[in-house]
Amino acid sequence: MKPTFIHLACVWAALAATAAGPARAQAPDAVARSYAATCANCHGTNGIAKAPMVSLAGLPKEHIVTQMKAFKGGTRPATIMGQIAKGYTDEQIDSIAGFFAAQKR
Amino acid sequence: MHTTLKLNRRTFVGGGLAVTSAATAASLIGGCASIGSGSAGKVVVIGGGFGGATAAKYLRMWSDQRIDVTLIEPQAAFVSCPISNLVLAGARQIGDITVPYAGLASRHGVKVVRDSVTAIDAAAKTVRLAGGASLPYDRLVVSPGIDFMWDGISGLQSASYATNPAGSILQAWKAGPETVLLRRQLEAMRDGGVYVLTIPEAPYRCPPGPYERACLVAHYFKQAKPKSKVLILDANPDVTSKGPLFKKVWAEQYKGIVEYRGQHKAVGVDARAGIVKFEVNDDVKGDVLNVLPAMRAGQIAQQAGLANMNARWCEVDFLTYESRVQAGIHVIGDAIQVAPLMPKSGHMANQHAKVAAAAIVELLAGRAPNALPILVNTCYSFVDPQQVIHVASVHQYSAERKTMLTVPGSGGVSAGPTELEGSYAQGWADNIWADMLA
Repeated sequence: MKPTFIHLACVWAALAATAAGPARAQAPDAVARSYAATCANCHGTNGIAKAPMVSLAGLPKEHIVTQMKAFKGGTRPATIMGQIAKGYTDEQIDSIAGFFAAQKR
Repeated sequence: MHTTLKLNRRTFVGGGLAVTSAATAASLIGGCASIGSGSAGKVVVIGGGFGGATAAKYLRMWSDQRIDVTLIEPQAAFVSCPISNLVLAGARQIGDITVPYAGLASRHGVKVVRDSVTAIDAAAKTVRLAGGASLPYDRLVVSPGIDFMWDGISGLQSASYATNPAGSILQAWKAGPETVLLRRQLEAMRDGGVYVLTIPEAPYRCPPGPYERACLVAHYFKQAKPKSKVLILDANPDVTSKGPLFKKVWAEQYKGIVEYRGQHKAVGVDARAGIVKFEVNDDVKGDVLNVLPAMRAGQIAQQAGLANMNARWCEVDFLTYESRVQAGIHVIGDAIQVAPLMPKSGHMANQHAKVAAAAIVELLAGRAPNALPILVNTCYSFVDPQQVIHVASVHQYSAERKTMLTVPGSGGVSAGPTELEGSYAQGWADNIWADMLA
């Protein structure tokens, strides 16, 4: 009984995750979701922001990565984003960008 | 932009004062979403501030509404400390910084109970409410904010409105009725009067908050009663946050109004004579005394034995925010023992809440939490109703040292006050209030 139950639970969880969108499917996505949530104070829950902050939900992943690298490298002038972007690794920026790109606008 | 958040000022103040006497009337507001069967576990959250409200929302969101979440909060609505200094300046009304809890119930299925917790039974995993109910939990989130350590300043407790309704001294370090009352004291003060603000030794809630308050009160005086003074008496040797920026503003924008004195540790007050006494310095006389005592984790954390660090702050595992002394209880927000350079701020409490919520979702599902959490802090300070400066930092978990460390090269402060950052500061508030409550 027990293995069957676990198996069914996994199938159910996988189906639920699929229904909720690819960002919620597996453990690595839970980590991406957590990292993206560090942006939500200013950029809104799941990247849907109130003005004047920029909504990140649904932006192309490459665009977010490029902008964050420009903030990090100092080539895009900013008040605060340069200081914050320097706190994330390139891998973390990549996973955050992937999460926001997968959110509905 | 935030008109939907506004409450009528008179209604709020009256309601806020009434809450205290009616706090025993526990009521379940709103319903649980139909899919929230509670099968993934029960979490009770104590405290609806930046930490607790965020934790409640994110626990529901990240469990796909499968975790049953109950938020216990005695106040009818959330009142934000950030932006509250603008109320003192007359640039905002209390309704502008007040947000109802209704969204947590209607949009996320959080059970919001208007009551306070009188006891935590960590062994039985239950909390007892002032209204008499006992609630079971699988995991408990404690976000109790701060309490004042009255004993460090003789005469303060009996002279403070917070503990004696006839008391004239205000802290206004928890936004709400005291914010409005302090504004009234400033309005009633004679031109040529002295507003005295004392600051306790760090750590305390909101490191730049007192200095922002000094700027905004000075701005009001400059407009309305220019012969008046703002006297800052700081127990710390120097300004604890954004020091060079604040000092430049005081020297230029508020020359002749703001005076800063470090190394002034308040040890006593005589409210009738308007005098503050210090450990080593001469007495200071003022017209409006705004005396901030030392702070520690909120009372319920003290009572539950969670405040194991110097009997003040709660030590936690930074991977989960689980207490180091009580299993199954997660402590977040200003109440925790911080790692170096982690400020006690609303922004940080929101970030703790998300790490804790993510960890609880994983733990209740029998999985390991994220091994490398990140925290970001941003504190915007208004130097006048339009211009703002910031401080920011990014903290990553060090597996080797088992603590949070700032990332070398990251973080920093503004070059100087700007109106652009003024618009970001209000935008920050609108977004974080929505992130925790909408």
